[in-house]
Amino acid sequence: MNVEAAPAPVGAKYSDRAVGERRLGWKLVAPAVLVMLAVTAYPMLNALYLSLFSYRLTDPAGREFVGLRNYAVILGDSLWWQDVATTLTITIITVVVELVLGFGFAMVMHRIIFGRRGVRVSILIPYGIITVVSAFAWRYAFALDSGFVNQWFNLADKAWFGERWSALFVICLSEIWKTTPFISLLLLAGLAQVPEVLQEAAKVDGATWWQRLFKVTLPNMKAAILVAVLFRTLDAYRLFDNVFIMTSGAQQTETVSFLAYRQMISRTALGLGSAVSVLLFLSVLLIAALFIKGFKVDLSQVRGG
Amino acid sequence: MKQRHGAWTVLGAILIMVWAISPVIWIFSLSFKAGDDINNNRFWPTQFSLENYDTVFSTALFTSSLRNSIGIALISTLLSVAIATVAAYAIARLDFPGKRTVLSIALAIAMFPAVSLVGPLFNTWRTVGLYDTWLGLIIPYMSFTLPLSLWTLSAFFKEIPWEMEEAAQMDGATPWQAFRKVIVPLAAPGVFTAAILAFFFAWNDFVFAISLTSTNAARPVPAALAFFTGESQFQQPAGAISAAAVVVTIPVIILVLLFQKRIVAGLTNGAVKG
Repeated sequence: MNVEAAPAPVGAKYSDRAVGERRLGWKLVAPAVLVMLAVTAYPMLNALYLSLFSYRLTDPAGREFVGLRNYAVILGDSLWWQDVATTLTITIITVVVELVLGFGFAMVMHRIIFGRRGVRVSILIPYGIITVVSAFAWRYAFALDSGFVNQWFNLADKAWFGERWSALFVICLSEIWKTTPFISLLLLAGLAQVPEVLQEAAKVDGATWWQRLFKVTLPNMKAAILVAVLFRTLDAYRLFDNVFIMTSGAQQTETVSFLAYRQMISRTALGLGSAVSVLLFLSVLLIAALFIKGFKVDLSQVRGG
Repeated sequence: MKQRHGAWTVLGAILIMVWAISPVIWIFSLSFKAGDDINNNRFWPTQFSLENYDTVFSTALFTSSLRNSIGIALISTLLSVAIATVAAYAIARLDFPGKRTVLSIALAIAMFPAVSLVGPLFNTWRTVGLYDTWLGLIIPYMSFTLPLSLWTLSAFFKEIPWEMEEAAQMDGATPWQAFRKVIVPLAAPGVFTAAILAFFFAWNDFVFAISLTSTNAARPVPAALAFFTGESQFQQPAGAISAAAVVVTIPVIILVLLFQKRIVAGLTNGAVKG
């Protein structure tokens, strides 16, 4: 992030120029701050308010203040906990696989000299591709009618989307394919910051490749790894597109985001759906807080999102 | 030892490319399969056909969604980059309290689960008449394009040697000349990169697209793909969906081919040189 303000010259603090600079600074950032708050804080507060009502769009007259009853209904329902478990499972699997895979990619990209451009171009294509397109590509590859995967691996007529774990497997594959490039680029930036001198010194001391990896490389890029994991975890936790396209939440593959969508848009139960949204938001906050406090993620190391 | 690592790197590079490209080739291949060939359970088509492309380009659902996607993504990108450029300029050049807070707010908002905003927007948009309109999507798209642009731009602007503006003025340039001839060329690549990244996100959105639209008036491509049913009930939509998917993937491939270096720099914010 590196946004530390340059130290103000001593004595300049009270000058007209400094006051003018402050005012101008605030004026210039005001539109950005106002727009960002207007498009997120306002709807979020609105969701908080709506979540206290029993309110269906199809029955506006029946709108009724119910306090925290929506929350009690959700937290007392096993579907909510099942969706949380599904979301957490997908999040953990994808982030762990992406971290290992992404690190491998970063190592290759860090060393490669010839063909650097080709690797970079090919890795950016999954990053830039529409998630829905990725979901369709993987769905059709595993589907019974259009797919080739069963033929390739001699699986006869295995119905991948007919059962929870195999469906989750394909959902995770699509997610991993699409987002590993992002994590690998963040890790590549981290690798570039590991001092080459340390590597050389360890080599001279007779350290093996694995020793250098675990004693020199990884400890020196801890900050980059944690930031990459934090970003991807928060991103994976709001997973929606892949589930929508592949299973529509069937076979117990529904995620928390999908539950909120289904309540609000499909069932038009705005009160209950808003309560799910608020709970989703709170879980994201909780994950972020755990990372920042628990792992001491230093966000000043973040260089973009 | 060195030799062996060289070989591993080359092998790794090949594996990365195969891994990244093959799903894309698969969707291309699928889009060229016509009729029953779709279900040949093979990777490649037995007969090459452009039939699916004829279908999608004669389907109003797709052509109008393509127009909507391009318009909505471009407008929300331009708006957010314009607002973010001004703010990032202030953060990079001026000293004022609250700079860090602005960037922290942007980071927090970028991590916000989009679904949480959908219900209230759905409700409000229906009352104020923004439901199923371009503006009704452009506004929520700013919730991710703006913080993203602000982050990318403030990191880029930090690297600009702003003293050069004063140096040019000392050499006799007017303030406007100094700005136009010195600062604009230095800042333009960053602004452009921020725009590409914001465009990718707007182009990709599905949550808002599917919740806040209902007709061809504003429905963007990702949402249209989910509603595609093919020409008749009996036709497999897989071919048509693949063709549509290929059409919307081509701009991504072109942008990546032309600007790969900048996109990488934008994502890692200049941490990677070369």
